[in-house]
Amino acid sequence: MSLFANTTVLLGKELRTEFRSRELLTTTIVFILIVLVLFSFTFDPLSEEARRFGAGLLWLAFLFAASLMLQPCFLREQTNDTLSALRLSVSDPFVIFLAKLTANTLFLLLTELLLLPIFAIMYNVRVLPVFHWLVLVFFLGSLGVSIAGTALSAISAQARMRELLLPLLLLPLLTPILIASTELTSALLDRSPYVQWKGVGFLVAFDVVFLTALWLFGEYLLEE
Amino acid sequence: MWKRGLVGAVVLSLVGAAAYASFFIAPTERTMGLIQKIFYFHAASAWAGMTAFSVCFVANLLYVWRRQPKWDSLGVSAAEVGLAFITIVLITGPIWAKPVWGIYWTWDARLTSTFVLWLLYISYLLLRTLVEEPDRRALLSALFGIFAFLDVPLVFGAIRWWRTQHPAPVIMGGPGSGLEPTMRAVFFFSVLALHALMVFLIVERYGLEKLRMELDDLRREAEVA
Repeated sequence: MSLFANTTVLLGKELRTEFRSRELLTTTIVFILIVLVLFSFTFDPLSEEARRFGAGLLWLAFLFAASLMLQPCFLREQTNDTLSALRLSVSDPFVIFLAKLTANTLFLLLTELLLLPIFAIMYNVRVLPVFHWLVLVFFLGSLGVSIAGTALSAISAQARMRELLLPLLLLPLLTPILIASTELTSALLDRSPYVQWKGVGFLVAFDVVFLTALWLFGEYLLEE
Repeated sequence: MWKRGLVGAVVLSLVGAAAYASFFIAPTERTMGLIQKIFYFHAASAWAGMTAFSVCFVANLLYVWRRQPKWDSLGVSAAEVGLAFITIVLITGPIWAKPVWGIYWTWDARLTSTFVLWLLYISYLLLRTLVEEPDRRALLSALFGIFAFLDVPLVFGAIRWWRTQHPAPVIMGGPGSGLEPTMRAVFFFSVLALHALMVFLIVERYGLEKLRMELDDLRREAEVA
């Protein structure tokens, strides 16, 4: 079977596991909502300030949520003792990562898109005219978060204090994503919106660098 | 034993000579005055720290490839020494910034990226404390080290592109940058001295790590017996 066919099968498995309970999606959505509401108390949410900070707050909330959401990614396999079975089922361990990171990207993107209208209403920003651009930024950003996060969740699952460890490893690593996505999003939420192409290029570069690293080193992350 | 002492003495006198040169040989900068002297140690420490992290990266790669414990020892030694140098950078920076910029800390490009770099390697050392089994610890931390090092240019790039107050690079900067020749000579002498110190510290730390490993092995044997 080819890389693509293998990945699709495993991706199906990831999606089925999640949509059976929808635990991850619901908890993440609620978590982001709580963070957004709490942020609104720290300054006047309807001011011009909000427009400037809004994008940053949104992305901070996404990153915090992602660092929690990616937690069970490999932990679940470990507690159910399914990691060895998973490894035996494919010849190339990169497939496992590819399936997991695609699933994580989809989950993140879905939560982000579900929360976008609520954010737009709460913080009084116009998102409809630039919606397709926002989807692009959300996709590229979430992809980067998922690539790095999936790799690191394989590391943290094998350590003590794993719940605390993942955010500690992941968040500093995601600084470039936070900066680029925030700048892109705030340019799009501006009164005269525009697309910062260098930001798009930067996100693509991040995604490519880490995907290549994962392709090269992924198999070692899953060694028994 | 005496060899180590000798090398240590040479390294220390190099660092002493660099300090002497920066105060008494290099001319005093016209606008900043005496405080500019910190530059010889601030920037040179940054270079030494970056070199140490590069050593750590190479050691991480070699560990993943060859699986010899010595590369793990080298990785952790280089990371700790690099972290010490970057800590010096983060402390001397604000000391310089207060009289020149008027504030200790500003969220400028290189300050912020150095701080993120510092955090990445703190995470690396933290990860090591949280994995018990030596082989697993070595492998996982090596892999994280590789990811962290790959992230460094991206962090620097992003911060440089989107937010910036640090003086433009003086060494290897654009046209119009550059140092007065004596200052330049003194600066490169400091870079040399601090690199010597860095190598010396890594070698010492590496020896310590080896002893620690032997001790662990002996303990394990004693437990089995």
